[in-house]
Amino acid sequence: MADILVVAEHQEGVFRKTTLATITAAKAYAGLAGGEVDALVLGDNAGAVADTVAACGVRKVLLGEGAAFAKYLAVTHAPAVAGVVKEKGYGAVFAPASTFGKDFMPRLSGLLDAPLASDIVGLSMDGDKLRVRRPMYAGNAIATVEMSGSPLLFTVRQTAFDPAPAAGAKAPVEKVSVSAEAGGSAFVSRQETKSERPELTDATVIVSAGRGIKAQENFKMVEELADLFHAAIGASRAAVDAGWAPNDWQVGQTGKIVAPELYIALGISGAIQHLAGMKDSKVIVAINKDEEAPIFQVADYGLVADLFKAVPEMISEIKKLKSA
Amino acid sequence: MKILVAIKPVPNPDEKVKIRPDGSGINLDNIKMVINPFCEIAVEEALRIKEKQGGEVAVLTVGPREGEQQVRTALAMGADRAILVEADKGLDCLAVAKYMAKIVEQEKPDLVLMGKQAVDDDNNQVGQILAALLSWPQATFASKVEFLEGNGKARVGRETDGGIETIEVTLPCVVTTDLRLNEPRYASLPGIMKAKKKEMKVVPAASLGVDAAPKVRLLSLAPPKERAGGRKVADVAELVAKLKNEAKVL
Repeated sequence: MADILVVAEHQEGVFRKTTLATITAAKAYAGLAGGEVDALVLGDNAGAVADTVAACGVRKVLLGEGAAFAKYLAVTHAPAVAGVVKEKGYGAVFAPASTFGKDFMPRLSGLLDAPLASDIVGLSMDGDKLRVRRPMYAGNAIATVEMSGSPLLFTVRQTAFDPAPAAGAKAPVEKVSVSAEAGGSAFVSRQETKSERPELTDATVIVSAGRGIKAQENFKMVEELADLFHAAIGASRAAVDAGWAPNDWQVGQTGKIVAPELYIALGISGAIQHLAGMKDSKVIVAINKDEEAPIFQVADYGLVADLFKAVPEMISEIKKLKSA
Repeated sequence: MKILVAIKPVPNPDEKVKIRPDGSGINLDNIKMVINPFCEIAVEEALRIKEKQGGEVAVLTVGPREGEQQVRTALAMGADRAILVEADKGLDCLAVAKYMAKIVEQEKPDLVLMGKQAVDDDNNQVGQILAALLSWPQATFASKVEFLEGNGKARVGRETDGGIETIEVTLPCVVTTDLRLNEPRYASLPGIMKAKKKEMKVVPAASLGVDAAPKVRLLSLAPPKERAGGRKVADVAELVAKLKNEAKVL
């Protein structure tokens, strides 16, 4: 039975939790199709990441290091992963459906002439045939697809699989030799959005604002509410397009897909594309003054109100509760 | 600069998707087909590059003949000519990219632009696969594309989960476009008139010698789990009480 490889995500040595749901998906596949789950860490001085991954319940961690991998580039990652897959004969490769996995996995598909199922949300067997579920049409349809060829490639929607728990024993870390040429690509810079808040895709609570927030300075109120929950802040496309919020705050079909315990939507009408990014949240609260807003159809608690009155009131009520 | 822009016709993304009762696909009756919004951004970017530097913009699509209509729209926006690889529906991303690679080999553009994903299948694969098949560099999810004079490179700002990343890629390369790269123009009336006379080459897929047997095959579509939403609360006090006592998130 061919084994399974998870490509771990990290940013210059900082482990990303997207890897955990990916390990869970890979194990679900192993449960159906057989095989053992290994992980691959590519980087320069990425030993600490390898150690972290080794404690997440994989059989072993392959560590491929070199200066060429100091900064992530699709042109170096895809051939390096392809090399490891071919040498070790892996039958399936999993990576997170983050901007990391979405960038290099299709390139790997092209290099190996191997099928890739994007953004998968479920795996099952029909007799001896693997069935893969993935969203299409902004999540308004769940497709069941069949793949043929080898290896099978998957990117995993993080919200659809639980994070892999810490394992009792630490898996061995094995160095593998990888080489890559930057092939006409060079990293220049990264402009990070620095924040003390949890990442949108990791947050337990998200407070999100849309067109109804009207101006950038009104995000102060959003922040104040978010502070009470140690929440991440999100935005609809309208708010980002207006320049009130940075691009990487956008929740939706083409932005971030989130599923927190609590999602508070302020002044968001609820376009199909926004709902696609948040409707799997456990509890949804919507505050909007338009009672016809589609967001109310998915909200567990809808409040038709002027958010500039309701939000300060909510902040003071919650503060009262907390101090009680 | 010679630019090839790949586009895909998709059902109007602002209309609600209706899945056929037998799950075989979506019901396209009375649904307007449009250029995939991300591809429209790619067309706009190509036109802006041409307006600055000169050159040519050719539009490419792979799929059924009906796609001609959306290709004409791209021509009406200002593209110079078009190539339609006439192929069956239901191709997977690998097959589409293989057909595109054949056209790229014939056309030898300096730059291939396309949307980062089509909003029907939401795959986000074709540009990257094409770059791999051509052994070209790729820059996905572009929010800014610049050309440094005379050095044959594109400097691309990419929208990643952690912020904007900038990379430099040597031409020829594949760039896939994200939402905020530009605001596409509308086709003007004279543009629409001119588009009727522009060249549209129809290439039968079978003539390209590609193994297009799908490796990823769609079996069925089902609606997602419905949320039992829709409940309203009267005021903030009730909302906070419900969050505390019922949802237990406070």
